[in-house]
Amino acid sequence: MGSEKLIYLDNNATTPCDPRAVEAMLPFFHQIPGNAASRNHPFGWQAEEAVDYAREQIGNLLAVDSKEIIFTSGATEADNLGIKGVFEMYSRKGNHIITLKTEHKAVLDACKKVEKMGGEVTYLDVKADGRVDLEALEAAITDKTILISIMWANNETGVIQPMKEIGQLCEKHGVLFMSDATQAVGKIKTHPKELGIHLMAFTAHKMYGPKGVGALFVNRKNPRVKVTSQMDGGGHERGMRSGTLNVPGIVGFGKAAEIAMKEMDADAARLSVLRDKLEQAFKDNLEEVYVNGSVEHRMPHVANISFKHVEGEGLMMTFNQNIAVSSGSACTSASLEPSYVLIALGLGDDLAHSSLRFSLGRFTTEEEIDETIKMISKGVNHMRDLSPIWEMFKEGIDLDAVEWSEH
Amino acid sequence: MAYSEKLIEHFNHPKNVGTLDKSKNSVGTGLVGAPECGDVMRLQIEVDEASGMIKDAKFKTFGCGSAIASSSLATEWLKGKTVDEALAIDNMAIVEELALPPVKIHCSVLAEDAIKSAIADYRSKNGIAAE
Ligand SMILES: Cc1ncc(COP(=O)(O)O)c(C=O)c1O
Ligand code: FES
Repeated sequence: MGSEKLIYLDNNATTPCDPRAVEAMLPFFHQIPGNAASRNHPFGWQAEEAVDYAREQIGNLLAVDSKEIIFTSGATEADNLGIKGVFEMYSRKGNHIITLKTEHKAVLDACKKVEKMGGEVTYLDVKADGRVDLEALEAAITDKTILISIMWANNETGVIQPMKEIGQLCEKHGVLFMSDATQAVGKIKTHPKELGIHLMAFTAHKMYGPKGVGALFVNRKNPRVKVTSQMDGGGHERGMRSGTLNVPGIVGFGKAAEIAMKEMDADAARLSVLRDKLEQAFKDNLEEVYVNGSVEHRMPHVANISFKHVEGEGLMMTFNQNIAVSSGSACTSASLEPSYVLIALGLGDDLAHSSLRFSLGRFTTEEEIDETIKMISKGVNHMRDLSPIWEMFKEGIDLDAVEWSEH
Repeated sequence: MAYSEKLIEHFNHPKNVGTLDKSKNSVGTGLVGAPECGDVMRLQIEVDEASGMIKDAKFKTFGCGSAIASSSLATEWLKGKTVDEALAIDNMAIVEELALPPVKIHCSVLAEDAIKSAIADYRSKNGIAAE
């Protein structure tokens, strides 16, 4: 590690909290200690006022009514509340949910739970560019379908789904539309009402706010959507989510939303230039470099790249004292399975194995990108010198024809 | 998960990376893949005909840091051993030496298998039946 500064390119895992959000939060730890549900004294009033203000800030970012924001502990909880909550609330209407194979585990595992509860779930394949096949989606809708849940942007690839078209399908068939927009909110424009989204999950810690606080947007009018609470207790958040509100966290979340509203366009423009520079440099410096997922419909700060014939975890070890990224390699996961998201895009195990995800953020600098280009190019070359597969590739051996003796 | 210093040293400065002439009768080549994670290791030995000792060993590995360190260590241990001694190298000795965590034990198994496969290749080339 030494004296060099660590370069953080794992902003899809979590973003640093913006110092302006931290500053906004601080008074709410000690000076203003109230519980937002305490209705009888100024401490409670102040806390409630702060929460209401944050709700407005977030409502403004999404162009929705602040009453449509239900605070949770994060996107995982919001995904669970949306999916299980709709399933329970609308069980008389139907029991079928449609989602994608490339969703976050919070959605997939909530759907698995729904199946255990007697529901039926269709997990759709995606196209090679990571986007949903709209015809297949429409074909999957039955008279029992109550919900389509499709993420706005994928956490591994940054691929953005055709939200508008999906919204139109939902409208046409009278199905609720939910989106896990965790990776999109605060980075690109996410106005659910314009696109016919009825429920939307997101979290503060992916948009330069604090960890441990998130929200579910629930449409209140035309149609009025309701979810069955998954956390029972004091009836907070209009009965949909009990539990004392995380006042400092919510204040930081609100501030983060306000900052995002002002700065996200400039951030996105700057970061896409840096991201493109990074990608182009790898393509120029190295052979056999592949960008995974749609390049056209993609978050501006994300690059998911496979360096063929190099194993991702090994590659990461060449620079991870200095640069933080993540990998779709099997060897980085406890299950030893490569990324299910990349496999769903049709990548072979070898390319999934060789992938790195770079996710830039508000605090990423051009110097950091230059340093990253240098260190990762060096790492790829080091690993290729060590790789028997690279050697065979260079000798023109057809790798698919090699018979491996498996141990 | 932090790796041991020995592992990192083998990873950053791997010993005996390279390729031996596999057409030679004195060279045995093992190419094995790990079904668990899809990693691939190639390990080669060159046996001195007069003494029966392994005089050189080389490897190339497509894999995680633990697989690379395991193969580097294995080639170090192979040199100077007889073929029979080499067969006795156990993956658990590699696990201990590099302090591999439980999910990475199969990476050392890959190294053991690569050794055995290289020896089997050498023996079959030279008409020596495996016992
Ligand atoms: C797409 C997506 N959904 C949900 C989550 C979970 O968010 P949280 O950590 O707030 O529970 C994440 C973050 O890992 C994510 O990327
Ligand atoms: S050999 Fe793949 S995890 Fe080590």
